[in-house]
Amino acid sequence: MPNFYSDHPELKFQLENSPLMKRIVELKERNYADKDTFDYAPQNFEDAMDSYDRVCELTGDICANIIAPNAEAVDAEGPHCENGRVRYASKTYENLDATVKAGLCGVTMPRRYNGLNFPCTAYTIINEMIATADAGFENIWSLQDCIETLYEFGDEEQRKKYVPRVCAGETMSMDLTEPDAGSDLQSVMLKATWSEKDNCWLLNGCKRFITNGDSDIHLVLARSEEGTKDGRGLSMFIYDKNQGGVNVRRIENKLGIHGSPTCELVYKNAKAELCGSRKLGLIKYVMALMNGARLGIAAQSVGISAAAYEEGLAYAKDRKQFGNEIINFPAVYDMLAIMKAKLDAGRTLLYQTARYVDIYKCLEDIERERKLTPEERAELKKFSKLADAFTPLSKGMNSEYANQNTYDCIQIHGGSGFMLEYACQRLYRDARITSIYEGTTQLQTVAAIRYVTNGFYGQVIADLLAETEIAPEYAALKARVEKMAEKYNAAVAKVDELKDDEFKDFCSRHLYEMAADTVMSILILGDATKRPDLFDNSARVYVRYAAAEVEKHSDFVADAQPADLANYRK
Amino acid sequence: MALNIIVLAKQVPDTHNVGPDAMTPEGTINRAALPAVFNPEDLNALEQALRLKEQFPGSTIKVVTMGLPKSAEVVRESLFRGADEGFVITDRCLGGADTLATSYTISQAIRKIGKFDIILGGRQAIDGDAAQVGPQIAEKLGLTQVTYAEEIISLDEKARKIVIKRHIDGGVETVEAPLPLVVTVNGSAAPCRPRNAKRVMKYKNATVPAERPAEQAEAIAAANAAKPYLNITQWGAADIDADLKQVGKAGSPTNVKAVQNIVFKAKESQTLTSSDADVENLMVELLNNKIIG
Repeated sequence: MPNFYSDHPELKFQLENSPLMKRIVELKERNYADKDTFDYAPQNFEDAMDSYDRVCELTGDICANIIAPNAEAVDAEGPHCENGRVRYASKTYENLDATVKAGLCGVTMPRRYNGLNFPCTAYTIINEMIATADAGFENIWSLQDCIETLYEFGDEEQRKKYVPRVCAGETMSMDLTEPDAGSDLQSVMLKATWSEKDNCWLLNGCKRFITNGDSDIHLVLARSEEGTKDGRGLSMFIYDKNQGGVNVRRIENKLGIHGSPTCELVYKNAKAELCGSRKLGLIKYVMALMNGARLGIAAQSVGISAAAYEEGLAYAKDRKQFGNEIINFPAVYDMLAIMKAKLDAGRTLLYQTARYVDIYKCLEDIERERKLTPEERAELKKFSKLADAFTPLSKGMNSEYANQNTYDCIQIHGGSGFMLEYACQRLYRDARITSIYEGTTQLQTVAAIRYVTNGFYGQVIADLLAETEIAPEYAALKARVEKMAEKYNAAVAKVDELKDDEFKDFCSRHLYEMAADTVMSILILGDATKRPDLFDNSARVYVRYAAAEVEKHSDFVADAQPADLANYRK
Repeated sequence: MALNIIVLAKQVPDTHNVGPDAMTPEGTINRAALPAVFNPEDLNALEQALRLKEQFPGSTIKVVTMGLPKSAEVVRESLFRGADEGFVITDRCLGGADTLATSYTISQAIRKIGKFDIILGGRQAIDGDAAQVGPQIAEKLGLTQVTYAEEIISLDEKARKIVIKRHIDGGVETVEAPLPLVVTVNGSAAPCRPRNAKRVMKYKNATVPAERPAEQAEAIAAANAAKPYLNITQWGAADIDADLKQVGKAGSPTNVKAVQNIVFKAKESQTLTSSDADVENLMVELLNNKIIG
């Protein structure tokens, strides 16, 4: 039986490889405090790792044998809207039934609310595999992530009410965007008014592009402060579908991720609870929500890249032209090697980010229980900053790689790839959204640029180069990466010196990619040092590819001048 | 009403994924080359049991298997999916059993377990394909049997009756039977649900004593004292009051006289042109040989 986890040892490597894992598990498990109160809690580090491994393995089984075989039918049928409600594609219910029976719900939530209490790193592996099986279904499944925000900012009563429901398999959505508020969420108009009569908030208005918009539990961004126009007038609300008051007006007809219903919602006096404090909806809670969601999209992107690589590889091995399997032609094996290199490099960036997120989130959670020691505070600060800096790199680069890999996957298929009978066209369509939603690649660049200009990425690259164990056989490649770092620093220095904000924004994508290419090069060399059998080829191919990319950007930035912008402006 | 359900399961070599080294040169199964798996139709039976348990809260599912100590793996797999307890019947003297000896041994174990309303098992195991153990157990325990079941349509606990849809040649039939009974489940029934994450973590270290390395046996037994669910019951022939003449090889009248290793080889080939005559001749030949028709 195929298994998405045990068939791909790269995933287990990412679960186990990092020395940070020991710290993550210790924090997440509060030194194994649950071991005598919950029969499924681990006794120690090894026991916890074994449990993650087993749950990943059972997920790999479901992905390979239930979700992936359903993907084509789900894509073809899609969901539809009936009397204001969403009806998923029929096989989507099978997928949901499997993931709920397998208990893959509330994966990161504490055991006291019936969660699995898994770290984000293990959750991300599960997420990636589900995306490989069916990226559209992954949307529905991974929206359970929203519960993190409810858990972090809701009160105890709300936690007790909602978290166990999500752990039992109820689905979620985050209702943020509106017809006139997409990337610019400050313009959200959905109105929240306090009703003395009902003793609760009432929501009125509409939302658009809401993924899984007919979910059981919604987090809603709404304007609670009358007369305000910007983000400071927005609060976050919890809407429980059992209350009624929200209907689905229509489902969007999309290019890809057909399994995932994208809804237009109409709120008519929908009863809702305030989550957290008023006015912090956008500036605090949605930011937290989006950071989690961005890591989720990075995982979805890696999952799609993995599927594209597997499809491309299988076809290239099978297809014969000129009397030879096409995988033997340099033009084809070059594409495949670069696909795999982008997959492995993007994946190592993803899991490094997930580990950073784990450490700071665990410490934040501990802070809800007790005061942190000064060392823990420093650790929280360090990893929170790393997570914040790595999340836009991981989301932006992996979503671009997913698009590139699915493009190449079709290219390997040739004319057959353009026909709708092969999976590669679905992957290509599914990948397209990843570089758009939860913040376009351009917005990831905006989120990242301050870490470029304040020298943080430069420092991270220097630290990683110093800390990462790189085998002597990779000395030449390491030297190349050091050159990449120099070029990156030189490009940043040049842009800094000019002190022109528009020019800085203009160059930001180049600087962002240079930083990401360099970081991924170091990480993949570290992985290849530990497991040359898995990563030697990818490390060698990726560093060559990344060096050429950095050279390209370096050349562009070195030559560019603020006056050039006139040629671009419309 | 809560039901007492027994599920019969067997660990078998994975004959569905046969490689080139699946058979030894002597024509016997090369067990080393074939991974051991949960007999597929026993998983269908387990799913029916789990559905009954959902329908009748408080019901318990006990899984019984016979085999080597490592066959406890099918008990763990059942616990991961929702079974409550497991029994592994393992003893040197039970080896080499045919269906008669096997059904005797298992029926003795069921007698020892005592209380049950329904016994579910797969239609047949993929290693022997005999489909006899379930029916023979029913005979030995004097119970009604429904074979080739596809779905349990309803169960009336007060009237102690069950309605089952069963697969027959060319269709299905729906039958009613009294409890307690034996039901063998067909592969066309609903597939078994996946393993559950929490249950996997809870039961992953559940073992029978014979699986535990001697030097750790005491430590494991001590650790399990606080977690009795980690002890899978292990029974030998004496534990189930088995008559030694009726078990294992001694109790098995079946004798394999010879095993023939059949290898299909292309003996002759024909080259056809695309002419109508050639195509027609081929059709006639295929029809005559009953290859098509």
